[in-house]
Amino acid sequence: MKIKKIIVSIIFLFAISFNVNAVTIKWLGLAQDDSAHKQDIDAAIADWEAKTGHEVKWQYMAGPDLKLKLPTMLQSDDAPHLFYSWGGGVMFEQAEAGFLQDISTLVPDSYLENLSPAAADAFTYKGERVGLPNLFNQVVFWYNKDLTEKAGVDPSTIVMWDDLLAVVKDIKDEGITPICVGGKNKWPLHFYWTLLHVRNGGKAAFFDALENGGWDREEYVKSGYEFQQLVDLEPFQDGFMAVEYGDASAAFGNGKCALHLMGSWDYNGAKTRSTSGEGIPDDRMGTFQFPMTANGKGNPSDTLGGINGWLVSKNAPKEAVDFLMHYISMKYQSMGAKSGAYMPVYKGAEAEMGNRFFKQQALNVGNSTFHSIFWDQYLGRDIGEVVNDASVALATKDITPEEAAQQVQDAWEFNQ
Amino acid sequence: MNKKIFSSALIEKYSTVIIFLVPALTLFTIFVVSPIFEAAYFSFFRWNGMGSPEKYVGFKNYTFLFKNGIFLKALQNNFWIIFVSLFIQLPFALFLALFLANSFRGAAIFRSLFFLPYILAEIVASLIWVYIYKGDYGLVGAIWGFFGADAPWITADKEWALTAILIVVVWKYFGIHMMIMISGLQGISKEVLEAAKIDGAGPVTTALKIKIPILWPTITLSIFLSTLGSLQLFDLIMPLTMGGPSNSTHSMVTFLYDFGVGRMRLGFGSAISVVIFIICFVVALIYQTTILRDKGYN
Repeated sequence: MKIKKIIVSIIFLFAISFNVNAVTIKWLGLAQDDSAHKQDIDAAIADWEAKTGHEVKWQYMAGPDLKLKLPTMLQSDDAPHLFYSWGGGVMFEQAEAGFLQDISTLVPDSYLENLSPAAADAFTYKGERVGLPNLFNQVVFWYNKDLTEKAGVDPSTIVMWDDLLAVVKDIKDEGITPICVGGKNKWPLHFYWTLLHVRNGGKAAFFDALENGGWDREEYVKSGYEFQQLVDLEPFQDGFMAVEYGDASAAFGNGKCALHLMGSWDYNGAKTRSTSGEGIPDDRMGTFQFPMTANGKGNPSDTLGGINGWLVSKNAPKEAVDFLMHYISMKYQSMGAKSGAYMPVYKGAEAEMGNRFFKQQALNVGNSTFHSIFWDQYLGRDIGEVVNDASVALATKDITPEEAAQQVQDAWEFNQ
Repeated sequence: MNKKIFSSALIEKYSTVIIFLVPALTLFTIFVVSPIFEAAYFSFFRWNGMGSPEKYVGFKNYTFLFKNGIFLKALQNNFWIIFVSLFIQLPFALFLALFLANSFRGAAIFRSLFFLPYILAEIVASLIWVYIYKGDYGLVGAIWGFFGADAPWITADKEWALTAILIVVVWKYFGIHMMIMISGLQGISKEVLEAAKIDGAGPVTTALKIKIPILWPTITLSIFLSTLGSLQLFDLIMPLTMGGPSNSTHSMVTFLYDFGVGRMRLGFGSAISVVIFIICFVVALIYQTTILRDKGYN
């Protein structure tokens, strides 16, 4: 009898040591263990688990792999509850397929008031909230002051497209590689063509084309001609079509080229990928906005970049949304801002941003009249990849600007 | 007649076969036959892989495929891969096999060295060559730099990128074919070779008139495996060029991956997979019923 009582007591103690209501949240994202972004992720997870007794299981996956595997994962029993998203067309497809959860009733307005309105809206679909934003980024020209001064140019004075062409020519004449680009991945090249589209067509043309077609309109053909004006100067490093983004970023960080058109994430990326690990010192680096084009219908304050965040899958428990609101909060957004991992979306967190580049870009995006999301994301995987292909073909002069614009139009028509 | 078909003698005769065949046939059906039919079904839809396919488009995916210049280029590339495999890789493997089949000091070491590339995973082999081909700090860059010249970025050049891939294909697979042929050569009767020697046949005559004819069934098997492997080439291409530059080095399978799976055109991708299957099936069928049949392998 005594032994029976002991056994029952042990079983009882064992049972109450578990929180039978504990939930495991599966979280899928891009942040690698040694990245600045992962620091605030880890902190948020540790605090949440300690506070609630729930568990958050983080899974890392590289961007291209995540994009490819996600459709299968979302249709399996092993679907992540929260996963990284660039928003836009792919998100729309996921919502239409029923993979996402409407969390509108779980996210109070009082919480949303703390987020930038544009960012908050980016993760809605047909009036339903399907996720929360995490960060902004903007694509700008980064430049190496040592190299540009050696070439006798000041990129900060670049306003118009012709100004950029002149600067590139001067840099090239000095024997310096003007621009590093990772052509092998295709998407780095699409920044040039699509930013020219943003300058030439602006917000109106983009949303008109999205709704009614006309990706072959004259404004976008003009973009192709302007892009090829740059290509004719041979501005890119040798073998750029065999170089991936990471190597191009490293090359810029190592001072191999004067300019690099890339997103905010490359601030840390170029430093960590450089041979020294330090990259170009901040005081020897500058940025400037993509120049305006002559007769462009866009606005010089239009920007291109991303509003990235987290989507909630249909099978996610309520606790996943609670955790997400816990993570996208002042404390962790401030951590991300301070470490230079990203530009935060939580109002007030931007005050923690240490580096002037992010402060400027936050100002640019905050004042933007049209923050165009990366076209290869916003237009969906199919049309987006055609944009990438056409950009590459323009950069290698394999097609005419008319053909490039037509390819996008054909892809849009195919998807109607 | 029905009574004859279902006689107890026949059932008894084949019952053992059926019992042993069912598990293998079940697995084969689930993992091979069923996916083929599913792919064929999906190929008639426009489908992004999410949910069930709903938009029936008939043969549009196929007509789009055969009008697609990049796919036609991929077909051409596969032809070149087969050509190089059959007319450069296999003769090279045979040449080495004729030497290394003999026992001499160091033969085993050479056989091991030449077999090493085959042991490497395709992705690893491809990544090694990515760095070799780099014009700045790769081996190619170092060699050109030694002569004071700027190295070419061979995988960035549309004219040369496929050649770069073909070099890797030959390097990767010649070893396995060499070993298959060595195995065949070592099975040749020593009496035959001695008789040839006594009759005054030199090494070249022995090789051409005795060894190669006897080895022919092994060579035809190598041709078969090489052809099918060339049609399915994927892992070597992706790290090297990702099908670029400018989609110039796609094979049919990398094309399927990029333009089907990568762009979430699963219906279109299924059409590509059906075409690849048909091509592989026809090649295998022709080979089995002609070349291998003549030698009694059918």
